Amino acid sequence: MSDVVEKTLTALPSLLSLDSHPGSAKLSSTSKLGNLIRGITELTSKHEEEKLIQHELLAIKEQVSSPNTTMMKELMVRSIYCEMLGYEASFSYIHAIKLAQQGTVLEKRVGYLAVSLFLNESHELLLLLVNTVLKDLQSTNLIEVCMALTVVSQMFPKDMIPAILPLVEEKLNHPKEIIRRKAVLALYKFYLIAPNQVQHIHNKFRKALCDKDPGVMTASLHIYLQMIQENPEAYKDLTPSFVTILKQVVGGKLPMDFNYHTVPAPWLQIQLLRILSLLGKNDQSTSEVMYEVLDESLQRAEMNHNITYAILYECVKCIYTIHPKSDLLEKAAKCIGNFVLSPKINLKYLGLKALTYVVQQDPKLALQHQMTIIECLDHPDLIIKRETLELLFRITNGQNVTVIVEKMLEFLCISEDDHTTIDLVGKVAELAEKYPLKYNEWFIETMNTVFSLGGDMMQPDIPNSFLKLLSEGFDSVEEDRKLRLFAVNSYIPLLRGEPGKLPQRFLQVISWVLGEYSHLREDLEPAEVLSLLAKLLDMKNSSSETKSWVLMAMTKLCKGGADASVTQEVSETYSSSLDTVLRQRAHELQYLSQDPELRARVLPRGAKPETLEVDSSLSFLDRFVSEALAAGAAPYKPPHQRQEELDQSKALSLEPYGLSLPISMSSCSITDRQSPTLLSMSSGLSGDTLKLDGIKRVWGREGYLAQREPVEEAAQVEVPSPIQSPGRQGEGDSLHSQTPTQTPTPEPEQEKQQLASSLFVGLASQSSVSLMGKSEPMPQRFRRKAKGQGLGSSFIANEQISSSLISPPSAVDNLLCNNLLDSNNASELAEQTSQLSQSLTTANGTCHAEAELTESDTKGCNPALRRDNCVVAAGPGPHNDPGRLTEVCLDSYLPAELSGLSHSEIAPLCANQSLNLSACHVQKEDSLILVVFIMNSSESAIQQIRLVSITVGQYSLTVKRPAVHVEVVGTVSYQLPAGTSQSLQFSYKVPLTSFIRPFVVSTEEYGTMWLSFSHDTKQNLTLINDNQEPLTATLNALKKKLQLHVVEVIGMEGIVACRLLQDLPCLMHCRVNAGWLAVWLRSPVPDLPDCLIYHCQRALQSL
Amino acid sequence: MIKAILIFNNHGKPRLIRFYQYFAEDMQQQIIRETFHLVSKRDDNVCNFLEGGSLIGGSDYKLIYRHYATLYFVFCVDSSESELGILDLIQVFVETLDKCFENVCELDLIFHMDKVHYILQEVVMGGMVLETNMNEIVAQVEVQNRMEKSELCNQN
Repeated sequence: MSDVVEKTLTALPSLLSLDSHPGSAKLSSTSKLGNLIRGITELTSKHEEEKLIQHELLAIKEQVSSPNTTMMKELMVRSIYCEMLGYEASFSYIHAIKLAQQGTVLEKRVGYLAVSLFLNESHELLLLLVNTVLKDLQSTNLIEVCMALTVVSQMFPKDMIPAILPLVEEKLNHPKEIIRRKAVLALYKFYLIAPNQVQHIHNKFRKALCDKDPGVMTASLHIYLQMIQENPEAYKDLTPSFVTILKQVVGGKLPMDFNYHTVPAPWLQIQLLRILSLLGKNDQSTSEVMYEVLDESLQRAEMNHNITYAILYECVKCIYTIHPKSDLLEKAAKCIGNFVLSPKINLKYLGLKALTYVVQQDPKLALQHQMTIIECLDHPDLIIKRETLELLFRITNGQNVTVIVEKMLEFLCISEDDHTTIDLVGKVAELAEKYPLKYNEWFIETMNTVFSLGGDMMQPDIPNSFLKLLSEGFDSVEEDRKLRLFAVNSYIPLLRGEPGKLPQRFLQVISWVLGEYSHLREDLEPAEVLSLLAKLLDMKNSSSETKSWVLMAMTKLCKGGADASVTQEVSETYSSSLDTVLRQRAHELQYLSQDPELRARVLPRGAKPETLEVDSSLSFLDRFVSEALAAGAAPYKPPHQRQEELDQSKALSLEPYGLSLPISMSSCSITDRQSPTLLSMSSGLSGDTLKLDGIKRVWGREGYLAQREPVEEAAQVEVPSPIQSPGRQGEGDSLHSQTPTQTPTPEPEQEKQQLASSLFVGLASQSSVSLMGKSEPMPQRFRRKAKGQGLGSSFIANEQISSSLISPPSAVDNLLCNNLLDSNNASELAEQTSQLSQSLTTANGTCHAEAELTESDTKGCNPALRRDNCVVAAGPGPHNDPGRLTEVCLDSYLPAELSGLSHSEIAPLCANQSLNLSACHVQKEDSLILVVFIMNSSESAIQQIRLVSITVGQYSLTVKRPAVHVEVVGTVSYQLPAGTSQSLQFSYKVPLTSFIRPFVVSTEEYGTMWLSFSHDTKQNLTLINDNQEPLTATLNALKKKLQLHVVEVIGMEGIVACRLLQDLPCLMHCRVNAGWLAVWLRSPVPDLPDCLIYHCQRALQSL
Repeated sequence: MIKAILIFNNHGKPRLIRFYQYFAEDMQQQIIRETFHLVSKRDDNVCNFLEGGSLIGGSDYKLIYRHYATLYFVFCVDSSESELGILDLIQVFVETLDKCFENVCELDLIFHMDKVHYILQEVVMGGMVLETNMNEIVAQVEVQNRMEKSELCNQN
């Protein structure tokens, strides 16, 4: 089919010969657009074009503003044309909006098109379009509705989404399929730009997924792909549905209309496969559901068209992403082979991409295709070459690094694309730095090439880490010395040559190294180095940054005596420089060169770098700050907050007239926003940082190290592998390699095989390919997932409940790294103690609940102590009394200090044969306590006596970012006396309302606060009408359900306040308006108003 | 998501420009120029994918293009789109144009830029693939054409 199109396009003249084409000739001869285009094509220079367009724009401007022009449509198209060529036609924007507003359907269409091409989401004129869109969404003309939905999905002001949201939602039930489909995509767009606004319509997304029309269902997959990407845990339950859909599609159950080149709905299949791979990632049980359908799609996709390859590619990626299954992996590997070996270049590219993706799990696959990879290295297409290098980068190890780096540097020399250069330079540096000791000279030379090729574009951390590596050195003093000496040796000739050609960054590195280490070379006179450095100062293109590096180096080198003249001259020249840094350096040089003693103290030779303690919180300034605040200074606002406020005060008031505020407030709202006497409400923010610090520390070094160490170890262990790579035969005699196609090889072929053997050396054993962070052996990968909860979640609290006090801190760290099984501590205690460790995370991607271990009174049970059935005082506390398995009244186990407070129903969380978990939450004044009851229900755990012991864990939860529901996910790990470790996962969902507390303020305070809060939302709520006083009744209902504080009720208006735990207030202004309660919420916390309005809605609905 | 759709001819003259992500006017022109520079250098026998144009968002982004006679059709997409899928989407789009214009050529694109936009709107909406079924797209376009005709009749 493509041939047909190509032919028709080729057959027609490429340049404008108008009379050859009847259709366009008819139009162009009469229209002004035609004239314009013809005019442009006749021009020869850019300058002439500019003149012509300016002239044209003037003409349009004149016509467009004349009233009742009939040519609006054409004028619009002409201005679109000018804009496309890059000339601004901003005068026509307003006319485009007007056209969309007032024109006939056709004019509207042009108007909307022009608007969507001209404006962007934040353009202020867009506000004028909101009403038009509202009107058109309600139109009975389908085309108008379609146009409105299209423009909405292209761009719509974020703040105005609530205004049209109900109308768009309504369209989900429209009888026409195309409207439903567009509405779904519009909602997806809303989800992207303002996820909180569409939080409450998740059910409708599900309905769209089940729509009887496959087109609507396809559209809804966009949304699901996005949401699952953000939080796969929440959508696991949909896996069977997606699998069923895919099964039906693959089985050809869709109408024939959906076929494309006899393939049933290929784009739909691709989308579904992507979703499945996200769902099945690191999740065995979910993965198992999809094995069958994946197998089927692999088989069904016969290789007959491009698009089947697209499906296959997704299939392969999916198979390698989800929990592995060996026969599927085999098939997928075969598939990759088909890609890589394909003569079609697009498929080869994708094959390489797939290999790159897969090679960490299955390095043997790269071995299988080594000859193809070698061929791709010499491919004329740079993109293919680049992709091949990417693949090689992933399989680099200590043995092949030199060859791979050489290939990369070769590519760097011919690459012209900045982006590629920067990327590749970073990779080369990364590889080189991994193996500096092994190839001393090679390392320095490689880095020299990197610096000269990468120039000043490369990431600044490359020179930094290079210098760090040099200065910190390695274990062996002698090796360090050699490395540094070699660096010095390689730099001197460079400086003697043409230093003007070297990039600035490289010069900086050179001068630092010379200043620090040139003394290592004994035959080198400092005077010579000084004069070489001085030459750098005189070069025209040396930046002042480079110059200050050079001056620093000279300061380190100068010794007085013979050198004095050079330094004297230099320091005199630069001590009057305009650049203050240079001036400073010059003065330093002057003083230190005259005072050798001082110099030796300030710049000791060969000193190890000291670690600097940096107080990043600047706490030493606290007193200064508090004094300044006391003296009346404005509290500090972080830049984003300042920007936000600035934007807000600049923006138009978006308040529709119907919802006006009490006059006193609205009149001062804009001006007062910036007033310096704002209450400082940013305490919540600083609280966050503090808590984050805590997390970092917990995760910090130990966690990282524990993951790294095994990997590094593995990298060094050479495990003999069943599949012998040709390279392992040895470097020299590997010409007789064992490649399957073992025929007498011609000369170039041999070269390639030699290259292959050097490239793929050491690959055969899995262990040696673990240089990338991700590439641990598979089982480890899955274990990590089981507790780590993936990327979106944060690990929040860890606790080891154990009454034996001999658990050292290292045990806790081990738990954090999920290495519970390996922890030495565990084995020590295995005999007597059942260890319980409990970790909490939030699985809900958008919210972070923070759990802090409140007190140390969480007690563990110690069967060892209870073996003789008496409670030893040092052992179990009051909460774990032995009892009966049945009829355990958990209420009585509530900690004493909480028993007075009301608590939610104690709900069972989960259980297995030995443990029963239940939980409830208790609302305290300033926190929410999550109480977890851990019940030992096993009979075998303790040999002689059947016991029930109950342990109560308490966690205080705070909310960092509000969400409608907060889900706490945790793991209890414990160890049976037999020595086997087990874990039990649970999750507990708490509505946001549990964190809401009444907030008692006076009306005046309320007023001040109201103005200072930047995040708001508005919505109409239903009024309770069974009473004479609907407002009071509704407010009281809300008060009861949500624990709000009603500040004051004046006539038809009421103000209400609440706070999220102790420090995050949210204010609510309610007004009765035409049978509705118009509610306006404001808070300093971004998502709080949206979440709260959701709960208000729910609360009123449930009445 | 599709970030931009660019159509230009062998000389780099833009024929249709559609951005789904906001870029300032001069940035848009720069993107067009750079894309043309990248694409026009490539032979016809190399692959249809390009990576890492530094202008539109860096390494996550790909250019997927097809060259038809005098025109380049370039889709700039992020990693959430399938390369081969987009490649065939371009084909669907061009075939649809071919149906709507009866043997489409560069001139149709120039003189009926607005119509091409309307057709594109039925294929891609706000950066998301809306419809891949050619018959369906043509049907939607025809509904609009009928409306256009009836309105013209009314005017006369």
